[in-house]
Amino acid sequence: MKKIFTFIKDFLIERIIFLCGILAIIFVFLIFLFLLNQGISFFGAYSLWDFLGGKFWYPASDPPQFGILSLVIGSLFVTIQAALISIPLGVMTALFIAEIAPPVIKDILKSVVELLAAIPSVVIGFIGMITLVPLVRKLFNIPTGLSSFSGALMLAFMAMPTIVSISEDAIRSVPWSYKEGAIALGATRWQTMYRIILPASLPGIMGAVMLGMGRVIGETMAVMMITGNAAHIPSSVFDPVRTMTATIAAEMGETVKGSTHYHSLFAIGLVLFIITFIINFIADTFMRKTRR
Amino acid sequence: MAILTVTNLDLFYGAFHALKAITMMIEEKKITAIIGPSGCGKSTLLRMFNRMNDTIENIRITGEVCLDGKNIYNMKTEREIDRLRRKVGMVFQRPNPFPLSIFENVAFGLRIHKKAKGQVLKEIVEASLKAVLLWDDLKHKLKTSSLRLTLEQQQRLCIARVLAVKPDVILLDEPCSSLDPIATRRIEELMIELKKQYTILLVTHNMQQAARISDDTGFMLLGKLIEFGQTSCIFTNPREKETVDYITGRYG
Ligand SMILES: Nc1ncnc2c1ncn2[C@@H]1O[C@H](COP(=O)(O)OP(=O)(O)OP(=O)(O)O)[C@@H](O)[C@H]1O
Ligand SMILES: [Mg+2]
Repeated sequence: MKKIFTFIKDFLIERIIFLCGILAIIFVFLIFLFLLNQGISFFGAYSLWDFLGGKFWYPASDPPQFGILSLVIGSLFVTIQAALISIPLGVMTALFIAEIAPPVIKDILKSVVELLAAIPSVVIGFIGMITLVPLVRKLFNIPTGLSSFSGALMLAFMAMPTIVSISEDAIRSVPWSYKEGAIALGATRWQTMYRIILPASLPGIMGAVMLGMGRVIGETMAVMMITGNAAHIPSSVFDPVRTMTATIAAEMGETVKGSTHYHSLFAIGLVLFIITFIINFIADTFMRKTRR
Repeated sequence: MAILTVTNLDLFYGAFHALKAITMMIEEKKITAIIGPSGCGKSTLLRMFNRMNDTIENIRITGEVCLDGKNIYNMKTEREIDRLRRKVGMVFQRPNPFPLSIFENVAFGLRIHKKAKGQVLKEIVEASLKAVLLWDDLKHKLKTSSLRLTLEQQQRLCIARVLAVKPDVILLDEPCSSLDPIATRRIEELMIELKKQYTILLVTHNMQQAARISDDTGFMLLGKLIEFGQTSCIFTNPREKETVDYITGRYG
Protein backbone atom coordinates (compact mmCIF):
# COMPACT_ATOMS: atom_id res chain seq x y z
CA MET A 1 0.00 0.00 0.00
CA LYS A 2 2.74 2.38 1.02
CA LYS A 3 4.64 1.43 -2.08
CA ILE A 4 1.77 2.35 -4.33
CA PHE A 5 1.45 5.68 -2.57
CA THR A 6 5.15 6.45 -3.08
CA PHE A 7 4.81 5.41 -6.68
CA ILE A 8 1.89 7.76 -7.25
CA LYS A 9 3.72 10.56 -5.46
CA ASP A 10 6.83 10.11 -7.59
CA PHE A 11 4.70 9.94 -10.69
CA LEU A 12 2.82 13.13 -9.81
CA ILE A 13 5.90 15.11 -8.85
CA GLU A 14 7.63 14.09 -12.02
CA ARG A 15 4.65 15.17 -14.09
CA ILE A 16 4.36 18.51 -12.30
CA ILE A 17 8.02 19.32 -12.82
CA PHE A 18 7.71 18.32 -16.45
CA LEU A 19 4.65 20.54 -16.82
CA CYS A 20 6.48 23.53 -15.30
CA GLY A 21 9.35 23.10 -17.72
CA ILE A 22 7.03 22.81 -20.68
CA LEU A 23 5.01 25.82 -19.51
CA ALA A 24 8.14 27.99 -19.44
CA ILE A 25 8.83 27.08 -23.05
CA ILE A 26 5.21 27.59 -24.05
CA PHE A 27 5.09 31.04 -22.46
CA VAL A 28 8.21 32.24 -24.24
CA PHE A 29 6.82 30.87 -27.46
CA LEU A 30 3.44 32.55 -26.90
CA ILE A 31 5.10 35.88 -26.16
CA PHE A 32 7.03 35.57 -29.37
CA LEU A 33 3.89 34.67 -31.31
CA PHE A 34 2.02 37.60 -29.81
CA LEU A 35 4.83 40.00 -30.72
CA LEU A 36 5.03 38.52 -34.18
CA ASN A 37 1.29 38.79 -34.69
CA GLN A 38 1.10 42.43 -33.56
CA GLY A 39 4.29 43.33 -35.37
CA ILE A 40 3.17 41.76 -38.62
CA SER A 41 0.00 43.82 -38.72
CA PHE A 42 2.32 46.84 -38.56
CA PHE A 43 4.20 45.68 -41.62
CA GLY A 44 0.88 45.52 -43.43
CA ALA A 45 0.71 49.31 -43.10
CA TYR A 46 4.38 50.23 -43.25
CA SER A 47 7.28 48.81 -45.23
CA LEU A 48 9.81 46.68 -43.41
CA TRP A 49 12.62 48.38 -45.22
CA ASP A 50 11.56 51.90 -44.20
CA PHE A 51 11.11 50.63 -40.67
CA LEU A 52 14.57 49.13 -40.36
CA GLY A 53 16.44 51.66 -42.49
CA GLY A 54 14.57 54.89 -41.73
CA LYS A 55 16.38 57.49 -39.66
CA PHE A 56 13.31 59.34 -38.44
CA TRP A 57 10.90 58.32 -35.75
CA TYR A 58 8.01 60.79 -36.09
CA PRO A 59 4.91 58.76 -35.25
CA ALA A 60 2.75 61.89 -34.83
CA SER A 61 3.60 63.79 -38.01
CA ASP A 62 1.64 63.52 -41.21
CA PRO A 63 2.43 61.16 -42.85
CA PRO A 64 3.97 59.43 -39.82
CA GLN A 65 7.49 58.07 -40.07
CA PHE A 66 8.53 54.93 -38.26
CA GLY A 67 12.26 54.58 -38.89
CA ILE A 68 13.97 52.81 -36.02
CA LEU A 69 17.56 53.23 -37.18
CA SER A 70 18.24 56.03 -34.71
CA LEU A 71 16.64 54.02 -31.92
CA VAL A 72 18.65 50.90 -32.70
CA ILE A 73 21.80 53.00 -32.92
CA GLY A 74 20.82 54.73 -29.68
CA SER A 75 20.45 51.39 -27.92
CA LEU A 76 23.68 49.99 -29.34
CA PHE A 77 25.58 53.21 -28.65
CA VAL A 78 24.61 53.22 -24.98
CA THR A 79 25.22 49.49 -24.72
CA ILE A 80 28.70 49.67 -26.25
CA GLN A 81 29.73 52.48 -23.94
CA ALA A 82 28.33 50.62 -20.96
CA ALA A 83 30.24 47.54 -22.11
CA LEU A 84 33.51 49.47 -22.40
CA ILE A 85 33.09 50.67 -18.84
CA SER A 86 31.62 47.62 -17.13
CA ILE A 87 33.56 44.76 -18.74
CA PRO A 88 37.09 45.72 -17.66
CA LEU A 89 35.85 46.95 -14.32
CA GLY A 90 33.67 43.92 -13.71
CA VAL A 91 36.26 41.35 -14.75
CA MET A 92 38.95 43.00 -12.67
CA THR A 93 36.65 43.15 -9.67
CA ALA A 94 35.89 39.46 -10.14
CA LEU A 95 39.61 38.66 -10.33
CA PHE A 96 40.22 40.71 -7.24
CA ILE A 97 37.47 38.97 -5.30
CA ALA A 98 38.41 35.48 -6.45
CA GLU A 99 42.19 35.68 -6.36
CA ILE A 100 43.57 38.62 -4.45
CA ALA A 101 41.30 39.97 -1.75
CA PRO A 102 41.82 38.76 1.82
CA PRO A 103 38.79 36.84 3.12
CA VAL A 104 37.20 39.74 5.03
CA ILE A 105 37.31 42.14 2.10
CA LYS A 106 36.15 39.34 -0.19
CA ASP A 107 33.02 38.80 1.90
CA ILE A 108 32.26 42.50 2.10
CA LEU A 109 32.71 43.01 -1.64
CA LYS A 110 30.56 40.02 -2.47
CA SER A 111 27.66 41.24 -0.35
CA VAL A 112 27.99 44.75 -1.79
CA VAL A 113 27.78 43.34 -5.30
CA GLU A 114 24.75 41.27 -4.37
CA LEU A 115 23.12 44.29 -2.81
CA LEU A 116 23.77 46.26 -5.97
CA ALA A 117 21.86 43.64 -7.93
CA ALA A 118 18.88 44.09 -5.65
CA ILE A 119 18.38 47.83 -6.23
CA PRO A 120 15.38 48.39 -8.53
CA SER A 121 16.28 50.12 -11.76
CA VAL A 122 13.90 53.06 -11.15
CA VAL A 123 15.81 53.83 -8.00
CA ILE A 124 19.13 53.68 -9.82
CA GLY A 125 17.67 55.86 -12.55
CA PHE A 126 16.36 58.35 -10.04
CA ILE A 127 19.64 58.58 -8.15
CA GLY A 128 21.47 58.94 -11.44
CA MET A 129 19.14 61.69 -12.55
CA ILE A 130 19.70 63.87 -9.50
CA THR A 131 23.39 63.15 -8.90
CA LEU A 132 25.13 61.88 -12.01
CA VAL A 133 23.43 64.02 -14.63
CA PRO A 134 24.35 67.42 -13.11
CA LEU A 135 27.83 66.11 -12.36
CA VAL A 136 28.44 65.04 -15.95
CA ARG A 137 27.11 68.37 -17.18
CA LYS A 138 29.49 70.36 -14.99
CA LEU A 139 32.46 68.05 -15.42
CA PHE A 140 32.43 68.09 -19.21
CA ASN A 141 30.89 71.53 -19.55
CA ILE A 142 28.06 70.47 -21.84
CA PRO A 143 24.58 71.97 -22.21
CA THR A 144 22.80 68.97 -20.72
CA GLY A 145 23.94 66.01 -18.68
CA LEU A 146 21.11 63.94 -20.13
CA SER A 147 23.35 62.06 -22.54
CA SER A 148 24.22 58.60 -23.73
CA PHE A 149 27.35 58.81 -21.60
CA SER A 150 25.41 59.37 -18.37
CA GLY A 151 23.06 56.54 -19.32
CA ALA A 152 26.00 54.26 -20.05
CA LEU A 153 27.57 55.00 -16.67
CA MET A 154 24.34 54.07 -14.94
CA LEU A 155 23.90 50.95 -17.06
CA ALA A 156 27.47 49.88 -16.43
CA PHE A 157 26.65 50.11 -12.78
CA MET A 158 23.65 47.86 -13.30
CA ALA A 159 25.53 45.29 -15.39
CA MET A 160 28.34 45.00 -12.85
CA PRO A 161 26.64 42.54 -10.45
CA THR A 162 25.93 40.07 -13.25
CA ILE A 163 29.40 40.35 -14.74
CA VAL A 164 31.19 40.21 -11.40
CA SER A 165 29.34 37.32 -9.82
CA ILE A 166 29.30 35.05 -12.87
CA SER A 167 32.92 35.83 -13.79
CA GLU A 168 33.94 35.20 -10.23
CA ASP A 169 32.32 31.77 -10.37
CA ALA A 170 34.18 31.01 -13.57
CA ILE A 171 37.50 32.17 -12.12
CA ARG A 172 37.02 30.25 -8.92
CA SER A 173 36.24 27.07 -10.81
CA VAL A 174 39.69 27.01 -12.43
CA PRO A 175 41.25 23.90 -10.90
CA TRP A 176 43.85 24.48 -8.21
CA SER A 177 46.15 22.07 -10.04
CA TYR A 178 46.62 24.59 -12.87
CA LYS A 179 47.66 27.29 -10.45
CA GLU A 180 49.87 24.87 -8.57
CA GLY A 181 51.60 23.92 -11.81
CA ALA A 182 52.26 27.55 -12.67
CA ILE A 183 53.51 28.45 -9.20
CA ALA A 184 55.81 25.42 -9.19
CA LEU A 185 57.37 26.73 -12.41
CA GLY A 186 58.20 29.98 -10.68
CA ALA A 187 55.32 32.06 -12.04
CA THR A 188 54.39 35.10 -9.99
CA ARG A 189 50.85 35.60 -8.80
CA TRP A 190 50.21 38.06 -11.60
CA GLN A 191 51.67 35.77 -14.29
CA THR A 192 49.58 32.91 -13.01
CA MET A 193 46.53 35.11 -13.20
CA TYR A 194 46.84 36.46 -16.68
CA ARG A 195 48.53 33.53 -18.37
CA ILE A 196 46.60 30.65 -16.82
CA ILE A 197 43.57 31.68 -14.81
CA LEU A 198 42.15 34.24 -17.23
CA PRO A 199 42.48 32.09 -20.38
CA ALA A 200 41.07 29.07 -18.54
CA SER A 201 38.03 30.98 -17.34
CA LEU A 202 37.54 33.02 -20.51
CA PRO A 203 34.48 31.16 -21.80
CA GLY A 204 32.70 31.73 -18.47
CA ILE A 205 33.73 35.36 -18.44
CA MET A 206 32.42 35.80 -21.98
CA GLY A 207 29.12 34.29 -20.87
CA ALA A 208 29.00 36.67 -17.93
CA VAL A 209 29.68 39.62 -20.21
CA MET A 210 26.97 38.61 -22.67
CA LEU A 211 24.41 38.19 -19.87
CA GLY A 212 25.41 41.59 -18.49
CA MET A 213 24.95 43.12 -21.92
CA GLY A 214 21.59 41.42 -22.27
CA ARG A 215 20.53 43.18 -19.11
CA VAL A 216 21.85 46.50 -20.40
CA ILE A 217 20.13 46.37 -23.76
CA GLY A 218 16.81 45.44 -22.19
CA GLU A 219 17.00 48.04 -19.44
CA THR A 220 14.25 50.64 -19.64
CA MET A 221 13.53 52.87 -16.67
CA ALA A 222 17.04 54.09 -15.95
CA VAL A 223 17.81 54.90 -19.59
CA MET A 224 14.50 56.65 -20.06
CA MET A 225 15.25 58.90 -17.12
CA ILE A 226 18.84 59.68 -18.00
CA THR A 227 19.65 59.50 -21.70
CA GLY A 228 17.61 62.52 -22.80
CA ASN A 229 15.37 60.60 -25.25
CA ALA A 230 16.16 62.53 -28.43
CA ALA A 231 15.51 60.27 -31.40
CA HIS A 232 18.40 61.18 -33.61
CA ILE A 233 21.71 59.59 -34.52
CA PRO A 234 24.27 60.80 -31.96
CA SER A 235 27.52 62.39 -33.06
CA SER A 236 29.25 62.33 -29.69
CA VAL A 237 28.92 60.45 -26.42
CA PHE A 238 27.53 63.61 -24.83
CA ASP A 239 24.56 63.77 -27.22
CA PRO A 240 21.23 62.65 -25.89
CA VAL A 241 19.95 59.42 -27.43
CA ARG A 242 16.77 57.45 -27.37
CA THR A 243 16.74 53.69 -27.01
CA MET A 244 14.26 51.13 -28.26
CA THR A 245 13.12 50.24 -24.75
CA ALA A 246 12.57 53.87 -23.73
CA THR A 247 10.52 54.44 -26.88
CA ILE A 248 8.20 51.57 -26.14
CA ALA A 249 7.78 52.56 -22.49
CA ALA A 250 7.27 56.24 -23.20
CA GLU A 251 4.81 55.91 -26.06
CA MET A 252 2.76 52.87 -25.16
CA GLY A 253 0.51 54.92 -22.91
CA GLU A 254 -0.37 57.55 -25.49
CA THR A 255 -1.16 55.42 -28.51
CA VAL A 256 -4.58 54.36 -29.63
CA LYS A 257 -4.93 50.63 -29.29
CA GLY A 258 -4.89 48.98 -32.72
CA SER A 259 -3.41 51.98 -34.53
CA THR A 260 -0.32 51.76 -36.72
CA HIS A 261 1.67 53.57 -34.04
CA TYR A 262 0.50 51.01 -31.50
CA HIS A 263 1.58 48.14 -33.73
CA SER A 264 4.90 49.84 -34.48
CA LEU A 265 5.83 49.61 -30.80
CA PHE A 266 5.30 45.87 -30.97
CA ALA A 267 7.52 45.76 -34.02
CA ILE A 268 10.24 47.45 -31.96
CA GLY A 269 9.62 44.88 -29.26
CA LEU A 270 10.09 42.15 -31.83
CA VAL A 271 13.46 43.59 -32.89
CA LEU A 272 14.49 43.86 -29.24
CA PHE A 273 13.37 40.30 -28.58
CA ILE A 274 15.46 39.00 -31.45
CA ILE A 275 18.54 40.95 -30.33
CA THR A 276 18.36 39.76 -26.71
CA PHE A 277 17.62 36.24 -27.89
CA ILE A 278 20.81 36.25 -29.94
CA ILE A 279 22.83 37.68 -27.05
CA ASN A 280 21.51 35.09 -24.62
CA PHE A 281 22.13 32.35 -27.12
CA ILE A 282 25.78 33.41 -27.46
CA ALA A 283 26.12 33.69 -23.67
CA ASP A 284 24.69 30.21 -23.28
CA THR A 285 27.08 28.76 -25.82
CA PHE A 286 30.04 30.18 -23.92
CA MET A 287 28.76 29.03 -20.55
CA ARG A 288 28.24 25.53 -21.86
CA LYS A 289 31.83 25.50 -23.07
CA THR A 290 33.17 26.21 -19.57
CA ARG A 291 31.10 23.54 -17.93
CA ARG A 292 32.69 20.90 -20.13
CA MET B 1 78.14 15.27 -3.36
CA ALA B 2 75.02 16.36 -1.55
CA ILE B 3 73.03 18.99 -3.38
CA LEU B 4 70.20 19.18 -0.85
CA THR B 5 70.55 18.84 2.88
CA VAL B 6 67.74 18.79 5.39
CA THR B 7 68.60 19.46 9.01
CA ASN B 8 66.26 18.95 11.93
CA LEU B 9 63.16 19.87 10.00
CA ASP B 10 59.81 20.13 11.75
CA LEU B 11 56.54 21.13 10.17
CA PHE B 12 53.18 21.83 11.75
CA TYR B 13 49.84 22.14 9.97
CA GLY B 14 48.18 24.21 12.68
CA ALA B 15 48.56 21.97 15.70
CA PHE B 16 49.26 18.83 13.69
CA HIS B 17 52.90 17.79 13.72
CA ALA B 18 53.36 16.50 10.16
CA LEU B 19 57.16 16.30 9.83
CA LYS B 20 59.26 15.37 12.84
CA ALA B 21 62.97 16.16 13.14
CA ILE B 22 63.90 15.15 9.63
CA THR B 23 67.56 15.09 8.68
CA MET B 24 68.77 13.80 5.34
CA MET B 25 71.18 14.42 2.48
CA ILE B 26 70.29 14.12 -1.16
CA GLU B 27 73.01 13.28 -3.61
CA GLU B 28 73.47 15.06 -6.86
CA LYS B 29 72.43 13.26 -10.07
CA LYS B 30 70.90 10.34 -8.28
CA ILE B 31 67.35 9.16 -7.80
CA THR B 32 66.27 9.39 -4.20
CA ALA B 33 63.01 7.64 -3.41
CA ILE B 34 60.78 8.43 -0.46
CA ILE B 35 58.45 5.64 0.52
CA GLY B 36 56.00 5.10 3.32
CA PRO B 37 52.31 4.48 4.01
CA SER B 38 49.62 6.94 3.05
CA GLY B 39 49.54 10.08 5.19
CA CYS B 40 53.05 9.69 6.59
CA GLY B 41 54.15 13.05 5.17
CA LYS B 42 55.90 12.15 1.91
CA SER B 43 54.25 14.86 -0.15
CA THR B 44 54.67 17.37 2.64
CA LEU B 45 58.40 16.65 2.74
CA LEU B 46 58.73 16.86 -1.03
CA ARG B 47 56.93 20.19 -1.11
CA MET B 48 59.52 21.59 1.28
CA PHE B 49 62.20 21.58 -1.40
CA ASN B 50 60.52 24.11 -3.69
CA ARG B 51 58.68 25.93 -0.92
CA MET B 52 55.36 24.79 -2.30
CA ASN B 53 54.11 24.58 1.28
CA ASP B 54 54.22 28.37 1.33
CA THR B 55 50.84 28.34 -0.44
CA ILE B 56 49.23 26.71 2.59
CA GLU B 57 47.96 28.84 5.42
CA ASN B 58 48.60 28.19 9.10
CA ILE B 59 51.83 26.37 8.64
CA ARG B 60 54.91 26.51 10.85
CA ILE B 61 58.34 25.30 9.86
CA THR B 62 61.56 25.04 11.88
CA GLY B 63 64.91 23.65 10.79
CA GLU B 64 66.91 24.03 7.61
CA VAL B 65 66.65 22.98 4.00
CA CYS B 66 69.77 23.89 2.07
CA LEU B 67 70.21 23.90 -1.69
CA ASP B 68 73.88 24.14 -2.67
CA GLY B 69 74.67 25.09 0.91
CA LYS B 70 72.18 27.94 1.12
CA ASN B 71 69.16 27.71 3.39
CA ILE B 72 66.16 28.21 1.11
CA TYR B 73 64.03 29.20 4.07
CA ASN B 74 66.16 32.28 4.56
CA MET B 75 64.93 33.61 1.22
CA LYS B 76 62.73 36.61 1.79
CA THR B 77 61.67 38.08 -1.53
CA GLU B 78 59.18 36.56 -3.93
CA ARG B 79 61.77 36.83 -6.66
CA GLU B 80 64.22 34.63 -4.82
CA ILE B 81 61.51 32.05 -4.26
CA ASP B 82 60.44 32.15 -7.90
CA ARG B 83 64.07 31.61 -8.87
CA LEU B 84 64.28 28.68 -6.47
CA ARG B 85 61.25 27.11 -8.12
CA ARG B 86 62.96 27.40 -11.46
CA LYS B 87 65.92 25.44 -10.08
CA VAL B 88 63.73 22.89 -8.34
CA GLY B 89 60.98 21.74 -10.67
CA MET B 90 57.96 19.70 -9.65
CA VAL B 91 55.79 17.06 -11.28
CA PHE B 92 52.49 16.29 -9.63
CA GLN B 93 50.57 13.15 -8.88
CA ARG B 94 47.83 13.86 -11.37
CA PRO B 95 49.11 15.18 -14.69
CA ASN B 96 48.19 18.85 -14.72
CA PRO B 97 49.04 20.31 -18.12
CA PHE B 98 47.76 23.84 -18.58
CA PRO B 99 44.70 24.23 -20.79
CA LEU B 100 46.92 25.63 -23.51
CA SER B 101 48.51 24.13 -26.60
CA ILE B 102 51.26 21.53 -26.29
CA PHE B 103 53.81 24.08 -27.42
CA GLU B 104 52.67 26.74 -24.97
CA ASN B 105 52.80 24.28 -22.10
CA VAL B 106 56.48 23.63 -22.67
CA ALA B 107 57.19 27.27 -23.48
CA PHE B 108 55.40 28.52 -20.37
CA GLY B 109 58.38 28.64 -18.03
CA LEU B 110 60.63 30.22 -20.63
CA ARG B 111 58.06 32.86 -21.40
CA ILE B 112 57.42 33.87 -17.81
CA HIS B 113 61.12 34.05 -17.04
CA LYS B 114 61.82 35.80 -20.34
CA LYS B 115 64.60 33.31 -20.96
CA ALA B 116 64.07 32.72 -24.63
CA LYS B 117 61.92 33.63 -27.58
CA GLY B 118 61.65 33.06 -31.29
CA GLN B 119 63.92 30.40 -32.71
CA VAL B 120 65.72 29.71 -29.42
CA LEU B 121 62.40 29.11 -27.72
CA LYS B 122 61.37 26.68 -30.43
CA GLU B 123 64.63 24.81 -30.11
CA ILE B 124 64.31 24.45 -26.35
CA VAL B 125 60.72 23.25 -26.69
CA GLU B 126 61.86 20.69 -29.24
CA ALA B 127 64.75 19.53 -27.06
CA SER B 128 62.49 19.22 -24.03
CA LEU B 129 59.89 17.22 -25.92
CA LYS B 130 62.63 15.00 -27.31
CA ALA B 131 63.98 14.40 -23.83
CA VAL B 132 60.62 13.00 -22.73
CA LEU B 133 60.20 11.09 -26.01
CA LEU B 134 57.14 12.99 -27.15
CA TRP B 135 58.65 14.84 -30.05
CA ASP B 136 58.24 12.21 -32.74
CA ASP B 137 54.59 11.64 -31.90
CA LEU B 138 53.59 15.25 -31.44
CA LYS B 139 55.80 17.36 -33.64
CA HIS B 140 53.01 17.90 -36.15
CA LYS B 141 50.38 18.84 -33.60
CA LEU B 142 52.15 21.24 -31.30
CA LYS B 143 49.24 23.63 -31.62
CA THR B 144 46.56 21.25 -30.38
CA SER B 145 45.32 21.44 -26.81
CA SER B 146 47.33 19.49 -24.27
CA LEU B 147 44.12 18.21 -22.72
CA ARG B 148 43.58 15.90 -25.68
CA LEU B 149 46.68 13.84 -24.89
CA THR B 150 46.60 10.51 -23.07
CA LEU B 151 47.40 10.59 -19.37
CA GLU B 152 50.88 9.21 -19.99
CA GLN B 153 51.55 11.83 -22.65
CA GLN B 154 50.20 14.51 -20.32
CA GLN B 155 52.57 13.42 -17.57
CA ARG B 156 55.49 13.41 -20.01
CA LEU B 157 54.46 16.87 -21.10
CA CYS B 158 54.49 18.03 -17.49
CA ILE B 159 58.03 16.67 -17.18
CA ALA B 160 59.03 18.41 -20.42
CA ARG B 161 57.56 21.63 -19.07
CA VAL B 162 59.88 21.36 -16.08
CA LEU B 163 62.93 20.39 -18.16
CA ALA B 164 62.50 23.42 -20.39
CA VAL B 165 63.51 25.81 -17.62
CA LYS B 166 66.66 23.75 -16.98
CA PRO B 167 66.27 22.91 -13.31
CA ASP B 168 68.91 21.23 -11.15
CA VAL B 169 66.46 19.15 -9.17
CA ILE B 170 63.19 17.52 -10.21
CA LEU B 171 60.62 16.59 -7.58
CA LEU B 172 58.12 13.94 -8.61
CA ASP B 173 55.14 13.17 -6.39
CA GLU B 174 53.82 9.72 -7.30
CA PRO B 175 54.14 10.56 -11.00
CA CYS B 176 52.91 7.15 -12.12
CA SER B 177 49.97 6.64 -9.81
CA SER B 178 47.40 7.53 -12.47
CA LEU B 179 49.13 5.52 -15.21
CA ASP B 180 48.84 1.90 -16.29
CA PRO B 181 51.74 -0.53 -15.69
CA ILE B 182 53.19 -0.19 -19.19
CA ALA B 183 53.15 3.62 -19.08
CA THR B 184 54.63 3.38 -15.60
CA ARG B 185 57.57 1.34 -16.84
CA ARG B 186 58.19 3.82 -19.60
CA ILE B 187 58.16 6.80 -17.23
CA GLU B 188 60.57 4.88 -14.99
CA GLU B 189 62.93 4.42 -17.92
CA LEU B 190 62.64 8.13 -18.57
CA MET B 191 63.58 8.91 -14.97
CA ILE B 192 66.67 6.71 -15.21
CA GLU B 193 67.62 8.55 -18.37
CA LEU B 194 67.05 11.93 -16.72
CA LYS B 195 69.24 11.23 -13.73
CA LYS B 196 72.30 11.64 -15.94
CA GLN B 197 71.60 15.34 -15.90
CA TYR B 198 69.29 16.01 -12.99
CA THR B 199 68.92 15.21 -9.34
CA ILE B 200 65.64 13.39 -8.89
CA LEU B 201 63.48 13.07 -5.81
CA LEU B 202 60.70 10.58 -6.20
CA VAL B 203 57.81 10.01 -3.85
CA THR B 204 56.17 6.68 -4.47
CA HIS B 205 53.72 4.26 -2.99
CA ASN B 206 55.15 1.57 -5.09
CA MET B 207 58.01 -0.25 -3.37
CA GLN B 208 58.99 -2.17 -6.48
CA GLN B 209 59.36 1.13 -8.24
CA ALA B 210 61.67 2.48 -5.56
CA ALA B 211 63.68 -0.74 -5.62
CA ARG B 212 63.90 -0.75 -9.41
CA ILE B 213 65.08 2.74 -10.12
CA SER B 214 66.32 4.60 -7.04
CA ASP B 215 69.86 4.89 -5.70
CA ASP B 216 68.87 6.02 -2.22
CA THR B 217 65.66 5.42 -0.34
CA GLY B 218 64.09 7.03 2.69
CA PHE B 219 61.33 5.31 4.61
CA MET B 220 58.86 7.52 6.45
CA LEU B 221 56.29 6.68 9.08
CA LEU B 222 53.99 9.10 10.91
CA GLY B 223 56.06 12.14 10.03
CA LYS B 224 59.41 10.62 10.95
CA LEU B 225 62.16 9.56 8.62
CA ILE B 226 62.69 6.11 10.05
CA GLU B 227 65.53 5.02 7.85
CA PHE B 228 67.53 6.53 5.03
CA GLY B 229 70.29 4.96 2.98
CA GLN B 230 71.28 3.14 -0.17
CA THR B 231 68.31 1.48 -1.80
CA SER B 232 70.01 -1.92 -1.90
CA CYS B 233 70.64 -1.78 1.85
CA ILE B 234 67.15 -0.61 2.72
CA PHE B 235 65.51 -3.41 0.79
CA THR B 236 67.87 -6.27 1.59
CA ASN B 237 69.18 -5.39 5.00
CA PRO B 238 67.06 -2.81 6.81
CA ARG B 239 68.15 -1.71 10.25
CA GLU B 240 64.81 -0.74 11.74
CA LYS B 241 61.95 -3.03 12.63
CA GLU B 242 59.35 -0.63 11.13
CA THR B 243 61.14 -0.71 7.80
CA VAL B 244 61.15 -4.49 7.80
CA ASP B 245 57.44 -4.51 8.58
CA TYR B 246 56.68 -2.09 5.78
CA ILE B 247 58.70 -3.69 3.03
CA THR B 248 57.42 -7.11 3.91
CA GLY B 249 53.95 -5.73 3.49
CA ARG B 250 52.75 -5.60 7.05
CA TYR B 251 51.47 -1.98 6.79
CA GLY B 252 49.54 -2.05 3.51
N1 LIG C 1 47.06 21.42 4.10
C1 LIG C 1 47.03 20.56 5.13
N2 LIG C 1 46.46 20.94 6.30
C2 LIG C 1 46.42 20.09 7.35
N3 LIG C 1 46.90 18.85 7.32
C3 LIG C 1 47.48 18.40 6.19
C4 LIG C 1 47.56 19.23 5.04
N4 LIG C 1 48.17 18.53 4.05
C5 LIG C 1 48.44 17.32 4.59
N5 LIG C 1 48.03 17.24 5.86
C6 LIG C 1 48.20 16.08 6.75
O1 LIG C 1 49.57 15.81 6.88
C7 LIG C 1 49.82 14.43 6.83
C8 LIG C 1 50.81 14.12 5.74
O2 LIG C 1 50.23 14.41 4.49
P1 LIG C 1 50.95 14.10 3.12
O3 LIG C 1 50.06 14.55 2.04
O4 LIG C 1 52.32 14.67 3.17
O5 LIG C 1 51.01 12.52 3.15
P2 LIG C 1 51.55 11.52 2.06
O6 LIG C 1 52.57 10.69 2.70
O7 LIG C 1 51.94 12.25 0.83
O8 LIG C 1 50.27 10.64 1.78
P3 LIG C 1 49.77 9.99 0.41
O9 LIG C 1 50.60 8.78 0.20
O10 LIG C 1 48.34 9.65 0.69
O11 LIG C 1 49.93 11.01 -0.67
C9 LIG C 1 48.49 13.75 6.63
O12 LIG C 1 48.03 13.27 7.87
C10 LIG C 1 47.58 14.84 6.14
O13 LIG C 1 46.27 14.64 6.62
MG1 LIG D 1 51.13 12.41 -1.17
